[in-house]
Amino acid sequence: MSDHAEAHHDDSHYWKVYFILLALLVVSIIGPLLEIRAVTLITAFGVALVKAFLVAKNFMHLNVEKQYVVYLMATMLVFMLLFFAGAAPDVMKWEGDNWVKPFVAQESHVEHH
Amino acid sequence: MRPIATTRSAAGVPTGRLAVWWVVASEIVIFGGLLASYIMQRLAHDEWAEQAAVTDWRIGGFNTLVLLSSSLSAVLGHQAAERGDGKRAAKMLYITCLGAIVFICVKAFEWSMEISHGYTLQSNTFWSFYYTAAGIHALHVIAGAIIMLIVAADAKKNLELHRVELIGIYWHFVDIVWIFLFPLLYIAK
Amino acid sequence: MAESVGVGHEHADHGHHDHHEQSFFHKYLWSTDHKMIAMQYLFTGMAMAVIGGFFAYAFRMQLAFPGMEVPLWGIVTPAEYNSLVTNHGAIMIFWVAMPVLIAAFGNYLIPLMVGCDDMVFPKINRLSYQIFLISAIVLLASMVVENGGFGGAWTAYPPLSAKHEYSLTPLGSSLWIVAVALEFVAFLLGGINFVTTAMNSRAPGMKLYDIPMVIWMIVIASVLFMASVGPLIAGAIMLFMDMNLGTHFYDPNAGGDPILWQHLFWFFGHPEVYVVLLPAIGITAEIMCTFARKKLFAYKTVLYTTFATGVLSFTVWAHHQFVAGIDPRMAHVFTITTLLISIPIAEMMFVFIATLYGGDIHFKTPMLWALAFIAEFLIGGVTGIFLGASGADIYFHDTYFVLAHFHYTFFPIAIIGTFAGLTYWFPKMFGRMMNDTLGKIHFWGTIIPFNCIFIPLFVLGAAGQHRRIFDFTHYPELAQYQDVRVFATMALIVMLLFQLVFFYNFIMSIRKGKEAGPNPWKANTLEWTTSQTPPGHGNWEELPTVYRGPYEYNAPGRDKDYWPQNEPA
Repeated sequence: MSDHAEAHHDDSHYWKVYFILLALLVVSIIGPLLEIRAVTLITAFGVALVKAFLVAKNFMHLNVEKQYVVYLMATMLVFMLLFFAGAAPDVMKWEGDNWVKPFVAQESHVEHH
Repeated sequence: MRPIATTRSAAGVPTGRLAVWWVVASEIVIFGGLLASYIMQRLAHDEWAEQAAVTDWRIGGFNTLVLLSSSLSAVLGHQAAERGDGKRAAKMLYITCLGAIVFICVKAFEWSMEISHGYTLQSNTFWSFYYTAAGIHALHVIAGAIIMLIVAADAKKNLELHRVELIGIYWHFVDIVWIFLFPLLYIAK
Repeated sequence: MAESVGVGHEHADHGHHDHHEQSFFHKYLWSTDHKMIAMQYLFTGMAMAVIGGFFAYAFRMQLAFPGMEVPLWGIVTPAEYNSLVTNHGAIMIFWVAMPVLIAAFGNYLIPLMVGCDDMVFPKINRLSYQIFLISAIVLLASMVVENGGFGGAWTAYPPLSAKHEYSLTPLGSSLWIVAVALEFVAFLLGGINFVTTAMNSRAPGMKLYDIPMVIWMIVIASVLFMASVGPLIAGAIMLFMDMNLGTHFYDPNAGGDPILWQHLFWFFGHPEVYVVLLPAIGITAEIMCTFARKKLFAYKTVLYTTFATGVLSFTVWAHHQFVAGIDPRMAHVFTITTLLISIPIAEMMFVFIATLYGGDIHFKTPMLWALAFIAEFLIGGVTGIFLGASGADIYFHDTYFVLAHFHYTFFPIAIIGTFAGLTYWFPKMFGRMMNDTLGKIHFWGTIIPFNCIFIPLFVLGAAGQHRRIFDFTHYPELAQYQDVRVFATMALIVMLLFQLVFFYNFIMSIRKGKEAGPNPWKANTLEWTTSQTPPGHGNWEELPTVYRGPYEYNAPGRDKDYWPQNEPA
């Protein structure tokens, strides 16, 4: 466990990161209120990425963990992107050059109570 | 009685922590698969925006605050454990558990409100994804809280302090999943 | 990198253990010992293999003699046919190949071959077997409930699987998906043990390139499993909800998409075949080196190729969906990746041939199985190339050509690989030798009929015979081949009968086989150096230290043709 000694920070370090996270949360909430789609997407997901990165780096101590652990996590994320890239052309699209998914083309909400 | 195997660490990371990282890795692809499926379907169905408009960003935002704060207490607990202060570590873990309980209560309140307005698991596929994704996340919150209580009970007696870090890593992962669920289901919906 | 405790005080410290005779319950049912858990997985897997093989017998009898009463089953109704085919596939992959190749061999060999006393988490190990056993029971239950077992193929495509009015097996379908999900959980738990133990608990001196190839293979397979099963777990939960909770994740009438399931399934389904292939390759590698008395040709190349195969295996999945209506441009991509992946596997086959070249080959039963693995798998691999080309697949998809292809890959993996490993490690597991003559009779009695079953099926597939049809005599163009079907079925029955030779040999040898001693094959790896054979609790009185790689056979300057890893220089 002593290889982790360099992870000993003052508690204050974690409080600092926490307040940055809170500020980012506020940004992500204000963004959509401007009602500009691009801004909403950037604040919502951009902030999410930054927050996740901060939590992973500082709270999970990936900044001092053995490198291969970081590569392992990154590889899993890459696989998820790969899955998305392979499946999205079929699942995400509801029309193409010569075809259409008829049920999706109309409004498709069904209410069962 | 632990086997000698458990005490070795040829790969440079203590066994318990290495195992938790593998757990997190497999959980990334479980949630990743679910969320990727949701994103693909959401992009295919513009008309879900009408359903999604119902989710309340204030409740979602509050729950995000709760989980971020509980992540803070979890890592402070880890620092206490590193210093050998089992009592403080346990206290921090109990605070984290409290955060988990608040999160679940708020979610229960939120869901009962939505259900009473007719937005059920079956009413629209958006809601199917909403309840499934948040539900599986909530199950992980509950499981994490239970394990945390067990670890805290030992930590209070200064036993098995290394486990404080381990449950912390799991907890931060659960927090990160929510960090992505929040914009997907509440803001950029 | 080896940050480990010094040799001196690494005894299996039993001072405060009370090693009186354990009760039956503790020794057999509640054990945390990796060797016992391995045996539990092995015997459960073998029992499921008998059941899966019996299902094959029943549905092949129906195909050969449509409408006739099948001995030991009765008349096979169309619904039963579908359920037999579905569960034959699911059982063979999830309840035979995986438990035997990964859980049984992994559990048995990993601590023994890396030189430690048990898995790192023995109680989680026990839990994983218990969950696995429950999954097997749930699966078997799914077949005897009202309306019968799920018949939607092991691929369980919705809407057939999701809607009870289509599947007609509401309870069977739900139990089936629950059984599969439980099996996944069991293997996720087990996988963590395998990977962590192999990474961390290696003997002092065992560097990464000193790890026996079979251990690498089992570990990489576990990693592939853990990285690929996630999306399908999510998908299975969604399918269960569609079946029973009124959701519409896969229903295009209500905001869902059935092709989403296909992608979720095959994103796992393709790496899964490598999950089972790699351990079989690893077993083959160990046997080849021992019985050719020769070092593995290009250990590092094999290792890096395996990593490459593992990564590539995540990029080929939609070749199972070429005619499902996927974007044709994606079909281009998946054709290229699929054809590419044949290269590393072919290269491994060449490595084996190079390992044999110039070796001092001993044709004992395990070696025969290892050689057969290569020959039969090559046929499987080559026929895969036809299927991987999307244009050709338009014709071949869903024909018996596909079926013959995957049996030429799965059978070497699950059956040949298993017999290879069992006949090789039997002396260590049970302290006795199996009868080599009976072993050879069993070998030829399995391999020859196997080819007699499946070569005709390639021909039938190329002639246009489609899968999942219950009675071909209804189809005039295909009815003419009925003799071929009968021949294949007869070959299956012969093959199944020869398995009795194996069971007889196995059981008789456990009771009355010749005493084996610790290292009858004169191999180098650590499992052959245990203090007792079969190994006792803790495996060694004093845990070993490693001084060299695992394949130092016929090393120059030595009088013996082998050099155990733990022998000091």
